Amino acid sequence: MAEAITADGLTKAFGRTRALDGLDLTVHTGEVHGFLGPNGAGKTTTIRVLLGLVRADGGRATLLGGDPWTDATELHRRLAYVPGDVTLWPNLTGGEVIDLLGRLRGGLDVKRRTDLVDRFDLDPRKKGRTYSKGNRQKVALVAALASDVELLVLDEPTSGLDPLMEEVFREVVAEERDRGDRTVLLSSHILSEVEALCDRVTIIRAGRTVESGTLDELRHLGRITIDASLAHVPADLGSLPGVHDLSFYGSHVHLSVDQPALDDVMRHLAGAGLRSLVSRPPTLEELFLRHYRQDEPAGAAR
Amino acid sequence: MTGTWTLLRLVLRRDRFLVPLWILGLTLAPAGYLSSIKAAYPDAASRQHFYDLNATSATFVVRNGPLYGSSAGNLLAWQCGFVPVVVGLIALLTVVRHTRTEEEAGRRELTGATVVGRHAGLAAAVLLACGACLVFGLLAGLGVAAQGVPLAGAFALGLGFSLAGWVFAGVGAVAAQLTWSASGARGIGIGVLVLAFLLRAAGDGGSAGWLAWLSPIGWAHRLRPFAGEQWWVLAVALAATGLLAAAAVALSARRDLGAALLPARLGRSGAKASLRSPLALAWRLQRGTLLVWTVGLALVGLLMGGVARNVAETVRDNRAVAEVFSRLGGGGPVLDAYLAGTMTLFGLAAAGYAVQATLKLRAEEAAGRAEPVLATAAGRVGWALAHLTFAFAGPACVLAVTGAATGIAYGSGPGLVPAALAQLPAVWVLAGVTTLLTGFLPRFTAAAWGLLAGFLLLSLVGSVLRWSSVVLAISPFQHLPRLPGGTFSVAPTLWLLLITTAAVTAGLLALRRRDIPS
Repeated sequence: MAEAITADGLTKAFGRTRALDGLDLTVHTGEVHGFLGPNGAGKTTTIRVLLGLVRADGGRATLLGGDPWTDATELHRRLAYVPGDVTLWPNLTGGEVIDLLGRLRGGLDVKRRTDLVDRFDLDPRKKGRTYSKGNRQKVALVAALASDVELLVLDEPTSGLDPLMEEVFREVVAEERDRGDRTVLLSSHILSEVEALCDRVTIIRAGRTVESGTLDELRHLGRITIDASLAHVPADLGSLPGVHDLSFYGSHVHLSVDQPALDDVMRHLAGAGLRSLVSRPPTLEELFLRHYRQDEPAGAAR
Repeated sequence: MTGTWTLLRLVLRRDRFLVPLWILGLTLAPAGYLSSIKAAYPDAASRQHFYDLNATSATFVVRNGPLYGSSAGNLLAWQCGFVPVVVGLIALLTVVRHTRTEEEAGRRELTGATVVGRHAGLAAAVLLACGACLVFGLLAGLGVAAQGVPLAGAFALGLGFSLAGWVFAGVGAVAAQLTWSASGARGIGIGVLVLAFLLRAAGDGGSAGWLAWLSPIGWAHRLRPFAGEQWWVLAVALAATGLLAAAAVALSARRDLGAALLPARLGRSGAKASLRSPLALAWRLQRGTLLVWTVGLALVGLLMGGVARNVAETVRDNRAVAEVFSRLGGGGPVLDAYLAGTMTLFGLAAAGYAVQATLKLRAEEAAGRAEPVLATAAGRVGWALAHLTFAFAGPACVLAVTGAATGIAYGSGPGLVPAALAQLPAVWVLAGVTTLLTGFLPRFTAAAWGLLAGFLLLSLVGSVLRWSSVVLAISPFQHLPRLPGGTFSVAPTLWLLLITTAAVTAGLLALRRRDIPS
């Protein structure tokens, strides 16, 4: 089975709000897949559909080869989930929650549990109500990571962790990835985390997929920034397709250009007597910010 | 206290439907009773007859408080004997809702970091509760006075309700400082309320009348509406409220945000081997509530059983009383009638527990704690049935122990257990309807409390005020055999069980199909 998760044209409305509007998602088995999008884009709703907690109005989804709604209980034995907003039972200790959730999934690696509690520096004897947000998150993370499952579904798992614990989280997920038989769906806002961990990413906005692929592929889709000194300024530069953010400082020109138009632009620049040239591939940050901005209609990014 | 006014507007905004709703709903009760009393006992002779029957009857006095005279106002004041308990409960829950619940949810942190004084939130909550109780008392007085009873008595009655609310707003404010959790604070407050009721009942029913003076519920009756009003009792209540509020402020000043005076201890670093199923989790989450209800109702059972002997002595030389008892109890001997009425009370209380235990499902869902459990191999129906086990077996436990306690105090040993358990079919109907709501209307599950309040009203006052049998038949408790003494008939019990089964099945099917959280 090559695909751990497929979603095809998922739709879901809550009253008048369209939370999902034809969302597509493919996660290959054994990869760490980044799931990105601005707040309210539908990441959590998608995850809830995949977990069979919420029923999609339309579209198809498969999870580990089964139907997430009808086969929920059986599929849940093979996955572990960390919700975005972890709430614990006020009168259960963290250790009890870890054991309970592990056993409800059908088993827990005791040695790994001890190891993780230690690495995340968690006091498992405290009652649920006394934990801070970050510590509640650690409880859910340990419970999920110590389970021997095929698929980890992590919804913004590091949003409450300090940088030190974030580093521990990265190490642990990297270990999982290197084992090769575990799939991770990681929803996150932290770009460095995504860059460090993820093989492929999917970016969604307003309930729709706007981009999906490996980070390298995405980089190719982004715009290249060019700074050049020219002998004379070509008059028609601004009218070329694919040229953006054009500005002049005397004979100096700054622009960004879409990948397919690069060849054409370079020829124009060369014809204008190129004296010096600096070009820079798109940073991930630029890529994401462009997709996150609300003022650009979805799909225009291509 | 800076910012109290702003926070008061916030709590008023949050409760803009809840407060007017309970005020109006409860205002209808005394006004409605008065017209019913006037219809049922139209002349002085019939009222005198009612007085002769009941004034000396320990049963009636224990349940509703003293009956001071035979005027329509006196009958009304006696009939409203449970209203101070309800108002006290509402005031207590209101204060906890706006203090400890806010703190537990982390919202007090949000407001506390703005320009508001340390005690502004507490002050706003107490002001809201006390103000609402005052408005309710005045409106209740007005509604009664409009029907031509003495003005002073009408307002003494209304302010008696307010007074209970004020004191319990203070109790709520103190309780909110003592524990970490809102449910713990509610538990402490309700414990004090039950104690106040028991002190009032013991003082009025027994020879130690001073006991009733220890209870704020007793003060409402000691205001003596329609019986030579003792207005100074209001000052006692105000002083007590002030003292409690001052104590709450002092306690709140000594602790940190989110912290409690009763400290949290460290617990186990791992779960016991038995904590491995939704049922085991439900047991952990529900056992405390079950214990409190079982012990609390068993104590009431001891009291009611003990009083039963007094009833026997009162009745021995009063044929008229005996007749009325027999009518109320469906024709059985006097004591059986008293005990059967007591069992109905226990049934209604156990139904309260059943509703609470069922609502745990929605509470878990709304708090986001159902999601991680349902994302494991635990199925929805299994998860729901784990909690429903307590909604169905829990009341059986509560009623069996309460029945046994009543029987032991009465002197018949475990003989009353079957009579107590006979309430179960009606109790289960409420658990069933609550399950139905959880499946279909998850945001309106609290309506189950309204339904229970309606059945309580029908059982407690409907029969005494001779309401139409069609109306009374709405309550499932009306269809139970009157035990001890009555005969057990199979058909109505089967109907109740059938309704329950249908409601639970439909509720669970709906729960399987809907979004969680929804």
